[in-house]
Amino acid sequence: MKKSIVMLFLFCAIVNAQNQLKIPYVRHVLPNGLNVLLHEDHSTPTVSVNIWFHVGSGYEKPGRTGFAHLFEHLMFMGSGHVAVGEFDKLLEAAGGQNNGSTTEDRTNYYEDIPSNALELALYLDSDRMGYLVDAMNAQKVDAQRDVVKNERRQSYENRPYGLSEETILKNLYPSTHPYSWPVIGSMADLSAASYEDVVEFFKTYYVPNNASLSIAGDINPKETLKLVEKWFGNIPSGKSIPLQNPAKVKLYEEKIIVLEDRVQLPRLYLAWITPPRFAPGDAEMDVLASILTGGKNSRLYQKLVYELQIAQDVRAFQSSGKLSSQFELIATARAGHDLEEIKKVIQSEIDKIKNETPTQRELQRIVNQNEAAFLNQLERPGGFGGKANILNEYFYYTGNPDYANEDLARYKALSVNDIQTAAQTYLPDNGRVVLSIVPKGKTALAVQPKTEGK
Amino acid sequence: MKTRICISIIIIFASVNLFFAQEVDRTKPPKLPEARALKIPEIQKFLLSNGLKVVLIEKHEVPLVQINLSINVGSVNDQADKVGLANLTLDMMDEGASGKSSLELADAIDFLGARISTGAGMHSSSISLSTPLSKFDEALKIMSDIVLRPDFPQKELDRKKKDRLTSLLQMYDQPTAIASAAFNGILFGKEHPYGRMTNEYIIKSFSSDDLKNFYKKYFVANNATIIAVGDVKANDLKKKLEAVFGKWKKGEIKAEKIKEASQVANRVVYLIDKPAAAQSVISIGRIGTERLTADFNSLIVMNTILGGSFTSRLNNNLREIHGYTYGANSRFIFRPIPGSFIASSSVQTEVTDKALFEFFNELNAIREPIPEDELARGKNLVALSYPGSFQTVAEIAGQLDEMIQYNLPENYFSTFMDKILSVKNNDVNAVAKKYIVPEQMIVVVVGDRTKVEEGIKKLNLGEIKNLSIEDVLGKTPNLDK
Repeated sequence: MKKSIVMLFLFCAIVNAQNQLKIPYVRHVLPNGLNVLLHEDHSTPTVSVNIWFHVGSGYEKPGRTGFAHLFEHLMFMGSGHVAVGEFDKLLEAAGGQNNGSTTEDRTNYYEDIPSNALELALYLDSDRMGYLVDAMNAQKVDAQRDVVKNERRQSYENRPYGLSEETILKNLYPSTHPYSWPVIGSMADLSAASYEDVVEFFKTYYVPNNASLSIAGDINPKETLKLVEKWFGNIPSGKSIPLQNPAKVKLYEEKIIVLEDRVQLPRLYLAWITPPRFAPGDAEMDVLASILTGGKNSRLYQKLVYELQIAQDVRAFQSSGKLSSQFELIATARAGHDLEEIKKVIQSEIDKIKNETPTQRELQRIVNQNEAAFLNQLERPGGFGGKANILNEYFYYTGNPDYANEDLARYKALSVNDIQTAAQTYLPDNGRVVLSIVPKGKTALAVQPKTEGK
Repeated sequence: MKTRICISIIIIFASVNLFFAQEVDRTKPPKLPEARALKIPEIQKFLLSNGLKVVLIEKHEVPLVQINLSINVGSVNDQADKVGLANLTLDMMDEGASGKSSLELADAIDFLGARISTGAGMHSSSISLSTPLSKFDEALKIMSDIVLRPDFPQKELDRKKKDRLTSLLQMYDQPTAIASAAFNGILFGKEHPYGRMTNEYIIKSFSSDDLKNFYKKYFVANNATIIAVGDVKANDLKKKLEAVFGKWKKGEIKAEKIKEASQVANRVVYLIDKPAAAQSVISIGRIGTERLTADFNSLIVMNTILGGSFTSRLNNNLREIHGYTYGANSRFIFRPIPGSFIASSSVQTEVTDKALFEFFNELNAIREPIPEDELARGKNLVALSYPGSFQTVAEIAGQLDEMIQYNLPENYFSTFMDKILSVKNNDVNAVAKKYIVPEQMIVVVVGDRTKVEEGIKKLNLGEIKNLSIEDVLGKTPNLDK
């Protein structure tokens, strides 16, 4: 009885959701190769202009880690017809907010503006796409280098456990792989970045044929397209973009690493290399992360935090990239408990899911939550998570800006067996990084290296 | 399903003979048309049969519903020996209700894809529900159990207490948390509701009865308001709310008065040692003013120019010109009685003294008349970006929450932009002189004392008091069993 009610209920939800889970758009490709995506939403008199450049830290050359992100900062320092500081001043004077971000795969920029300021945003964005280096100089590079170094200090070095990601990536991937260094880069490489590097990077990657421009909100698509052509149409195409060509990576050992930090409690990180974004296995690992640590009823939360109460927190995530992904599990031990004890519990839960399938209800819970989360995203045109950005994101990774239904379909198509198989395939005990970050002088709390030989 | 998607997509490939071959004039930014007005949907108000107030804004674009139940109680109501009780009580409300266990409640709500969150603020607390419309009825039922019938099970309380003790311990690692505790403790005093913090002994002392009594005293229908935003109609919503909240009892509520903290008399620097820190966390400030001050609009504009935006003077000086930091800002914390004014940044250890010098340059300079273009930019940013805070049901509910808490007039949203745009230069100058008084500020620095103390001394900002992290947070709890 209970079951049939649940099923009926789900059916209604899916039908309802299917009417909604799309972002209708118009696509237009300028002759210079710039992809333009337009979406109307007149709920509020606001517009979001969102540009993705298809370059990130994964395209950096050796000795220049952190450069793609440093370059992102330089994009706010004025361009051929826009003096230093004017980019932000003009937007603020029009009531606009803006920002940018860099990942391994891409760099994005947005301006959230009142709808009457649309052309201003197009003017500013096209000027930096077309004429950034006309106004570039070594002083600007130096100024943002200092800011970025402070970003690194603030977000990594002065933050408890702040060096974890850098350590995990370095050990998970061979040094030739573009994901083996963090987006923020090293202090030494940031020091080495030069004006010449900026010019070269700009000419190679910041070209219209390597970008997509998404505009969502209170717009008239026809008029908007004319404005886009007016401001972006003259920017010349660049050469075709150098392809990344990383070797396939796999880790064949369990690397046990210990770091000491100024922290009160030890924290354990387990990390694996997993399938790339949207590849078979990616959705499975995402679901697995939720089964293990999403909510009070997730397996590891329930065991470590709720029942045994030996950990303060536990979380897992599939961090999906274009070339490869990482699956990570992170848990902080409570006082009086060490990381061997934590690892043992985690290991037994991983083994359990390898040996028997999860329940149908665990899987369905996650599908339901994904659907609801997507509805929430539909409310906002702008910002890093809004509709303009979603169109660009799906376009970059799949070629289809309105991939939402297909994305959700990946999850709906999964069976509990798929989750079990993914755990067996992608979470090997002998192919992972085990990182312990412990209070200074307390390495006894860490996961200990195995004493027997290899 | 697929066909429908295909129809909704039109791909136009540009033909080569488009007109954009001509050059565009880039020498000046394009002229902008008039801004379109923000149309705020009607605010609807009604009462349930027990007198419980409901405020609703209908919003039909996306099938979502947001329900916030706001209660007039917060951590200011904690007794001195029970600091943290409001917080813990709210945190415990979804840990067992109406006979359902913590895990059963979580399972029910998670399976719907809905979210229920509970939390205590300083003066008000809320239990809020975000749900797809299709799950609204079931989710509302669970929410009402949590609001009306929390069980406060001993087992879950013991678990939460462990969690809080560990969180307290982890604060000793976090320079920004240390700076914030120090700033508020020094500015308001460790006895004042805005300055005090809980401790190991208080956390250990909380009993299930403490929570139940707190709940009983404040959770009554006449001490609450329901704020609803989303894809619902007033009539339908009223029926649904009446069914679950209509029998909630009223009670006696006595207003509790909180004493205002006294203003900073002399500038003092508090240096809190965090050995080997890569950055110093700086917080500078004084007592500000209350939310309903007549100076509110002028203050918002003034602070936007000082440290409330990317192009603000503090961020421009410390980040863009000097590269001392990733960002610097300032803000007024507005509450029913005066909260704080605070200017803050995390700066590279080696330039701590130089950064402090620039902070005070700007705090002094803001007291001078402001150039017209800078003033216009500040006003425009506040006024013209206002529609951006009405996009999601959660944001609109937040705006309504403030309206209810401070009893703002019903036309507040629709007149806000005009009011900001009519702020005068004189008004801004007057509030800067009145509220930004650099000689009467406390300066809190959390950083590596051996590297920063000498430089700070030379600035002659005032007396320097050296503190340890334990002076701020208390003796490090020993939680090892």
